Order: sequence, then C-alpha cells, then structure tokens
Amino acid sequence: MTGAAVSSEQAGSPRERPTTPSGADALGPKRLGARIQGAVIGDRIYSAAITLFALCVPALLILVAVEIFLGGWPALRRFGFSFLTSSAWDPVNGVFGAAPAIYGTLVSSAIALAIATPLAIGVALFLSEFAPQWLRQPVAFLVDLLAAVPSVVYGLWGVFVLLPVLRITVMPFLRDTLHLGVLPFFSGPAYGPSMLAAGLILSIMVLPYISSVSREVLLAVPRSQREAALALGATKWETIWGAVLPYAKSGIIGGVILGLGRALGETMAVTMLIGNRPQISASLFAPGYTMASLIANEFAEASGDLHLSALMAVGFVLFVITLIVNAIARWLVWQVSRAGGEKTA
Amino acid sequence: MTAATVEVTARGQPSGSGAPVTNRGALAARQFSFWYGEKQALFDIDLDMRSSAITALIGPSGCGKSTFLRSINRMHDLLPGTRHEGQILLDDADVYRPEVDATALRRRVGMVFQRWNCFPKSIYDNVAYGPRINASLPRHELDWIVESSLRRAALWDEVKDRLRQTALGLSGGQQQRLCIARTLANDPEVLLLDEPASALDPIATQKIEELLYELKRELTVVIVTHNLQQAARASDYTAFFYMGRLIEVGPTDRMFTAPQEERTNSYITGRFG
Ligand SMILES: Nc1ncnc2c1ncn2[C@@H]1O[C@H](COP(=O)(O)OP(=O)(O)OP(=O)(O)O)[C@@H](O)[C@H]1O
Ligand SMILES: [Mg+2]
Repeated sequence: MTGAAVSSEQAGSPRERPTTPSGADALGPKRLGARIQGAVIGDRIYSAAITLFALCVPALLILVAVEIFLGGWPALRRFGFSFLTSSAWDPVNGVFGAAPAIYGTLVSSAIALAIATPLAIGVALFLSEFAPQWLRQPVAFLVDLLAAVPSVVYGLWGVFVLLPVLRITVMPFLRDTLHLGVLPFFSGPAYGPSMLAAGLILSIMVLPYISSVSREVLLAVPRSQREAALALGATKWETIWGAVLPYAKSGIIGGVILGLGRALGETMAVTMLIGNRPQISASLFAPGYTMASLIANEFAEASGDLHLSALMAVGFVLFVITLIVNAIARWLVWQVSRAGGEKTA
Repeated sequence: MTAATVEVTARGQPSGSGAPVTNRGALAARQFSFWYGEKQALFDIDLDMRSSAITALIGPSGCGKSTFLRSINRMHDLLPGTRHEGQILLDDADVYRPEVDATALRRRVGMVFQRWNCFPKSIYDNVAYGPRINASLPRHELDWIVESSLRRAALWDEVKDRLRQTALGLSGGQQQRLCIARTLANDPEVLLLDEPASALDPIATQKIEELLYELKRELTVVIVTHNLQQAARASDYTAFFYMGRLIEVGPTDRMFTAPQEERTNSYITGRFG
C-alpha cells in the first residue's frame, strides 16, 4: 500500500513540470527547494517501506526457527546431548537419538556433491567454451530441465531402474571386480536401497543447479581476461584453466552451495532409495536414513508427544546444520574471492 | 629486413641511441586484407614496421587499426567467420603459414590491450603467468624473470614490497604497466599496444611513453593511438589508416609537418576524425 502511494508521488513530480513557464531555468530556487523537499520525503517513505519488507523475511525465518525449537524442546531436554550422538531411535520405548539420520544426511549430500560437482563443471565448461553454437541452447535447456522433474519421479526411476542396476551390476563390480571390497566403504551385501543409491539420485538432482550457475558465471568472465591469457601464449585449455576458471571460482562455489542446500533438504526421492534404517554403517552399500526422510516417514503416525517432539527436534537440527553449512560456504566464497583479489586489499 | 622498407629507410638511423640494437622482430604486411564474415575490414595493407623503432597507427574510429594489430599476433584465429589474404611477415616469414603455432607466435609477439586486464591474482603471479605456462622453471629463475620484467616496465620500485598482494589493488597506470611487464616476461620480440594509455591520466601516460622509449631499443613496438600528440611525441614512424586502407606512412616528423596525402593532412589538422 505504501508502495503505491510512493509511486504516485513519484509519477506526480514529472507531471507538474509543464506548469512551470519554460523549462529548467524557470524553476526558481524556492520552487526547486520544494521539489527537492518532496523528493526527500518520497525517498524516506520508499526506503522505510522496503526496509520493512526486507526485515519481514529474517523475522519469518527466526519465527520458524523458534517454533521448531519450542516444539522440539521437550525431546531435547529429555535426551540432552545424547540426542545428537545416540543411534537408538525407538518410538515404542520412547528413546530417541538422531545420530544415524544426521550421519545419513551429511554422507548422502557429500556423495552427491562429490559426483555432481566435477560433472556439472564439465557440463558448464562444455556449454560455455566448447560446444558448437547450435548445440548450446538445446543442451543447456535439457540440463536445466533436470531441475524441473518432480522429486517423486526421480524416486520412481530410482526404484525401478537405478536400484536393480546398482544391485546386479555396479555394486558387485565395485566390490568384487575392482576389489574395492577390502575398503569398508564398499563391503557388505548389495541389497540395492543404500546410501550410495541416495547419493547417486541426489547427484542427478543437484547437477542442474551447479551447472547452470557455473555456466552463467563462466559466460560472465570478461573477454579481456581470456584475451590476456591467449595473448601470453596460452592454449585454449590453458586459458580456461589459468584465467577463466580462477576468475569464476567464487561463483562456481556459490553454485555448489546452492546444490548442497538442495541435497541436505531433499526428501522424497531419498526416502524411496535410502532404505530408511536408523543405523550408522561405514559401507555405502548399507541402508541408512536422513533427517528429512525420517520426519516425512514418521510425522503422520507419530505415537505420542515425545515422538512428535523428537521429530521436531530433528527438524531443528536439520535447520541448524543447513545454517552452519551455508555459513561455512559463504566464508569459503569470501576467502576465495579475497585470495583472488576480487576485493581490493 | 626487406628492401621494401619504403620511405622509412630514408631516415636511415636506428632510433634509441647507444644501446645494442637487435634486428629481430621486424614486421611487415604484404597485400594484407581481412574480412569479418562478409564485411571487409582491411584492404591490401602494405606496411613495414621496423625493429628498434616505434610505429604508431593512427586513423579515425573504425578504420581497422585494432583489426590490423590483432592480425599480427593472430588473435582473430578463435573468431569464427573471419578470413584473410596476403601475408604478415615476422622476420621475413609469414605468421599465417600452416606450420606456425599461434601460441608460440603470441609469445614472440606480445600484446597489451586498451583496458588493463590483470588477472585477479597476485602481482607476482600475473607476471609469472606466461613463463609458467610455457616452461617449468626453477623458483629462482622465475623470481629473476619477474623482477627483471617489472624493472623493464618501470614498476619494480613501486611494487617490490607487495609482490604477493593482489594486482587489482594497483592504480590504473600501475596495472597497465603490470600488463606490459607480464607481456615482457615472455621475452617477446614485438610489442603491440592497442591504445594503452587512453584510460590513463597525463602523468601515467607520460610514464608509459617513457617506458616505450626505453623498450624500443630491444623491441619492435607498434602502438595504436587516438592521441595525435602522443603519436607525434612518442613514435618514430606513423601510419595513417582510413576506411580499412593504409593511406600514408612515413617518419613521424615528416608525417606531422609535411604529409603528402590530403586526407592525412585533414586528419592530423583535425578536420575530420
Ligand atoms: N568482431 C567483429 N565482427 C564484425 N566486425 C567487426 C568486428 N570487430 C571490428 N569490426 C569492424 O571492423 C572495422 C574495423 O574495426 P577496428 O576495431 O579495427 O577499428 P579501430 O580502427 O580499431 O577503431 P577504434 O579506433 O574505434 O578502436 C569496423 O568497421 C568494425 O565495425
Ligand atoms: Mg580499436
């Protein structure tokens, strides 16, 4: 409402112009003073309005955080620090520990980023530097489309295509043919639903985020930077490696963070593929749980107040972890851009 | 050196007194034409650019100065749809021969751009960029190259205590000299400059001009400039381009006092441009 008032006020000032006898020099000092006065008041109202809107967003965030915290408080008070470290999640006996879900969220997101980041940067580099012009738009469009596929569709595809392939081909291949089974990460029976499956589906889901941000950032690298490297005798690849990527580095990290945020909170597809078992296992072949899937699975049929409160507490932990991850990532971007000298020392 | 060094030889003496004069890096264009797609930007350019001298390219905007300069180190190679005819000779060998490696050529023919384009890296890393991609040198040699290049670019004293700091913290004039130092670190034979001082204040401009005067002892320098005083002050030879053609070339003092072409005369007296 205030916005509308301001815009009519602003529109008003040019309209009054023709009423002055003849253009600018006819604006006497008094008249000019009044106009400046009006503009100042308009500015004040306008800035007050946008400040208010801007403050609403963090206020909402804090409100949500407080709500979830209060909801989770009974469980947190009851179990204390062991809520974060205990693996016991037993609604029947009323014992709750969220460690497996926290572990699962972090590990599945880490797998997703480890797979998606190099792929996404590769896709972005291909699209911005190497692809012939006619191929760029269609491929970029298709990659971006990956982000538009509903989560549950990924889940279905994962259940009917990815899991059988993992169980029959990929897992035995990694474990037996490559003898990676000696490592704890690739040992144990291959059922299909597993941390690996969840990480893989997440990597496909976060790839478009990382790659489209990276592509934008790469395209925004000034031509003068490329020319500088070329003129110094760099090959195309050396130009990309030595001038383009370093210039784009902080932006690309920003894209990775966006993907990470997405991976941490993703619920549906992961729930369908991770096996939903509250256990911590070093093997990526073993099933696990994530915080988001835990909440989604149990919230509707929570048995009793303590169970509900424990789920709220899990939500609060997820919220805090997301905040921490984002803070770390922001700090990283800042470090990188400072080292690269984007901000003058 | 070819016999075809036009009126240029009339002047006879190598400029830059005293210092040892090398003859490497002599440049010449022979019947050189250039097209951006359908549009012809250069027409039959014949021009000699002597070593150990500064050749200034002048002419109104859009006349093809930058196009010509960028043809010399083949910066157009990556631009689709461009083509050329004729030759650019570096030490009597055409740079467009198929066996010439463009990246090796660009190390011999350094280029400095209008807008300084330092990398967002430290001062040291900027200067070391060329040597690093072209050879893996031991640390002390790299240090030496960085120091001597910065000295040659008259920047060493101003930055020697802050080599590890970001190059973007330098002033415009310093950044432009850093770009020159970065180019010199490749030990080129030719230095091409496309309006290197157009965004600088008079003091910084003067510094660059003094620097070029020093550098021309060892290098062939070709500079594009819109600033006629600068061309008159700083160059040995001046070439006047107009609508993609080379209208006239000669020793700078003659070009500015007794141009032989009417169009040159109108341009330098400011009647069009
Ligand atoms: N990438 C390009 N594609 C198509 N035409 C171009 C391109 N670059 C330059 N031209 C055209 O070629 C002609 C010569 O341009 P060039 O940049 O060489 O002029 P210039 O003499 O350097 O001008 P200025 O003094 O303004 O820098 C101009 O008509 C210009 O429009
Ligand atoms: Mg130009």
